[in-house]
Amino acid sequence: MSAVDVAPATAPRARRALRWRPGERTGYAMASPAVIALAAITAYPLLWNLWTSFHDVDPLTGGTGQFVGLSNYRAVFSSQTGLLAALMHTLIYMVVSVTVEMALGLGIALLLNRPMRGRALCRTLILLPWAVPTVVSALVWQTLFDPQGGGVNYMLSMLHLPGSHTVWIGATASATWASILVADAWQSTPFVALMLLAGLQAIPRELYEAARVDGASAWQTFRGVTLPNLRPALMVTLVFRTLQAFLIFDIIYALTQGGPGTSTQTISYMTYYNFIVSDNFGVGAAISIVMVIVCLLIAGVYRVLLRPST
Amino acid sequence: MTAAGIAGRAQTAGWRPARVAARLRRSWPSWLLILVTLLFTAPFLWVFTHSLESSAEWAQNKTVLWPHAPTLANYRAVLFKDGFLTNVANSVIVAAATTAATLVFGSLAGYALARLPMRGKSAILGFILLAGFFPLTAMIGPLFKVMSRLGLLDTLTAVSISDLIYTLPLATWLLASLFAQLPEEIEEAAMVDGCTRLGALRRVVAPLAAPALATAAVLSFILAWSDFTFSLSFLQDESHFTAPLAMLQLGQTKFYTYYNLTDATVVITALPIVVLVLVMQRRIVSGLTGGAVK
Amino acid sequence: MAEIRFDHVSCVYAGAARPAVDELDLTVEDGEFLVIVGPSGCGKTTSLRMLAGLEQVSSGAIFMGERDVTRLSPRQRDIAMVFQSYALYPTMSVQQNIEFPLKVAGVPRRERAARAREVAEMLDLTEYLSRKPAKLSGGQRQRVAMGRAIVRRPQAFLLDEPLSNLDAKLRVMTRTQIAALQRRLGVTTVYVTHDQVEAMTMGDRVAVMRDGVLQQCASPRDIYLRPCNTFVAGFIGSPPMNLLPVPTAERGVRLGAAVVPLPRGTLAALNGDREVILGLRPDAFELTSEAQDAVEVHVSLVEILGSEAYVYGQAAIDGRATDIVLRADPVDAPEHGAVVHARPLPERSHVFSASTGQRLGS
Repeated sequence: MSAVDVAPATAPRARRALRWRPGERTGYAMASPAVIALAAITAYPLLWNLWTSFHDVDPLTGGTGQFVGLSNYRAVFSSQTGLLAALMHTLIYMVVSVTVEMALGLGIALLLNRPMRGRALCRTLILLPWAVPTVVSALVWQTLFDPQGGGVNYMLSMLHLPGSHTVWIGATASATWASILVADAWQSTPFVALMLLAGLQAIPRELYEAARVDGASAWQTFRGVTLPNLRPALMVTLVFRTLQAFLIFDIIYALTQGGPGTSTQTISYMTYYNFIVSDNFGVGAAISIVMVIVCLLIAGVYRVLLRPST
Repeated sequence: MTAAGIAGRAQTAGWRPARVAARLRRSWPSWLLILVTLLFTAPFLWVFTHSLESSAEWAQNKTVLWPHAPTLANYRAVLFKDGFLTNVANSVIVAAATTAATLVFGSLAGYALARLPMRGKSAILGFILLAGFFPLTAMIGPLFKVMSRLGLLDTLTAVSISDLIYTLPLATWLLASLFAQLPEEIEEAAMVDGCTRLGALRRVVAPLAAPALATAAVLSFILAWSDFTFSLSFLQDESHFTAPLAMLQLGQTKFYTYYNLTDATVVITALPIVVLVLVMQRRIVSGLTGGAVK
Repeated sequence: MAEIRFDHVSCVYAGAARPAVDELDLTVEDGEFLVIVGPSGCGKTTSLRMLAGLEQVSSGAIFMGERDVTRLSPRQRDIAMVFQSYALYPTMSVQQNIEFPLKVAGVPRRERAARAREVAEMLDLTEYLSRKPAKLSGGQRQRVAMGRAIVRRPQAFLLDEPLSNLDAKLRVMTRTQIAALQRRLGVTTVYVTHDQVEAMTMGDRVAVMRDGVLQQCASPRDIYLRPCNTFVAGFIGSPPMNLLPVPTAERGVRLGAAVVPLPRGTLAALNGDREVILGLRPDAFELTSEAQDAVEVHVSLVEILGSEAYVYGQAAIDGRATDIVLRADPVDAPEHGAVVHARPLPERSHVFSASTGQRLGS
């Protein structure tokens, strides 16, 4: 039965003047600034990218502006332009960093969940790295990873551990990726820990007490009570982190500029490069669309996983 | 403290080695937490220490915990000789402007979504949240073109507008949650007591919303302050750079290996955020986690 | 001059199957205390909110005095309202809460404070004036809500279940206070509740609603003694009236072994119906030892409430075992499992149509 059927025929339609309760129209009006602003920043670029990715566009020289079909996309996936490699690097990094950060974050969250003195202070201090700008993290770790005067090598030699003369950034690909991971994890793990801590604190005390009464061991309690109830928080945090890891840009630009060589170029970096440096807007747009599709895929995968398998 | 806890405490009281060992074994989570906290804060401390090191000492590479002759010379040089003060001012302007716009747009949208009857409410909210996940670097190309066509290239305005992508989704979500929690009867009571709807909002709802607005403001400021991608893409003149961008650029071109100078810029850039977090930490935490775990 | 009139007022929510309020015709006299009562979902709160201007009127009109207020905003109606949850302003003190309507109206500070203090004295709130609502008990908050309404001296008071959040003892106490206050101030009052005891004890008149439709509006006495249909009959009075389906007989109705004679007017209204609903309140029976002219009741439960006792049992009526409640004297109340004989008192009987539930006869 639709609303139209039910509205009585006698309802006065004409007078809207003195209604005290603003209806739909006011609602849309109030929400529109936010929606328009965001649409201008996201929807418009998206559409523009979609169009541009199929054309040859170059803002400086003008390009041909012609429809070039899939040639931009082919460039993305060809090994010549190194874009495919960048995509692969990014995906591998994404998997590794998310795994590391989720594990560490969970551990920290479990620690913070115990009642102890100074817990709030610790939580605040751990949160600091997340709050500061990403380039701050990059430069902090650049200092720390300095082969001569840096804190990392210093600590390693103090503790008589191997590797105290490693050149972390810019020499080998693996060492460089390691330093990127450290700088990123330093910032992201607190965020993961905070999200998971909130999830942990939402688990009712009674469930743990029931498990204790039932004689469950610490591990059994973790598996049977903690993990299942943490699932929503885990999933939400996973989605956030995965997307953020996939899109990593600031740290790469600030720390390595994609070096040594091209080994630490990520897909976002390549987008930036094509748009701003080499002015290859067509390719840049194509990469953007590919990125958006991957993001949607990631979100979609998690959406499916998020469906509770009760 | 449970009964078992108190009993256990009694068993480990005193200073005999066995008892001390038992206490340490029992309190290992605290120690671990302290260690973890130190690990996360140590990099800040290192950078701070070295920012107080004169370039001469830095070249000698001796300092570990504290420079022999700590000096503020680096800060003075960086702020006044290298123009970093201007960059910091730029960051303040951008972050403040973005925050102001976010509060206005976010409150309007949040209130509308929470209170007013609208079809497609979930679609609107969904869109706003989805926008927060959009890949940033995918936007810079098209936005670059738009900004240049609008003549806004190399202006702080361009950066400020783009920064809304960081702040609006979170702020709208926060404020919509808050407004949904405020009982509608209070507004109705105010209207019966003689207020217009707007008057009710001003006199009664606003004071109640103040804490959430503060949280939204703090989070927006922090997020807008951190922007790098848009500053990098839109700003060309050095004197227009925001602090994070200038910090990087100075470090790469002027200061080079003189990390003591770079560290000074790092400290300056991080300082406002550190202060905000320390002062408003409870608000920030509740704001971030409030709606996240559905 | 504040007579309130609902004129064919309806409220239909979009997409709803039936109206929340259906063609309500109701007049509240100036200075009257009218209680609107009914089960949840009956439309009483919606009616009150329409009167306040917080709910849209789909059709019909509402008048206050000579003014048609149907399209006016709440602030233009000169009414005061006490909400079920009190809706106190959490950031303001008790004094500021009470003063708020005056502040909005532009009353100067000194006069505001004086009037607020006067109201606080009336309601015994003087020592709480500087406290915030969070620091008050439920009863105190309720009084602040009342104070905020009284201070304005409006044309009408609207109260939406103001007692439902209080504990039982406080409820009884506050009930009498509200009634006394209204009598003293003489302001037209519309009071909504689901509790029929409140309705009967507080109202000058009671309006019973069900499913959006007004069933009956009359003084408590009339509602109790002459309910207009089975719903009103069963809703008002505790324990509820026995509504017994009985077959008709020559001069009345047959109740078990008894025949209850009916007055001529009622008999005429029977119109050949074979079965009617006989309404007898628990106090409409006389417990005897004789089986003649009485109905046999097998007792299953006896409740002794001090000054009275209620007997719950089954009686064989028209071949079926029907539940029945009788009032008894606590001194010689029967026991569980006993069989008693209850003689119905014809002058206290009500007859309703078995098909429509409407009252038959006078």
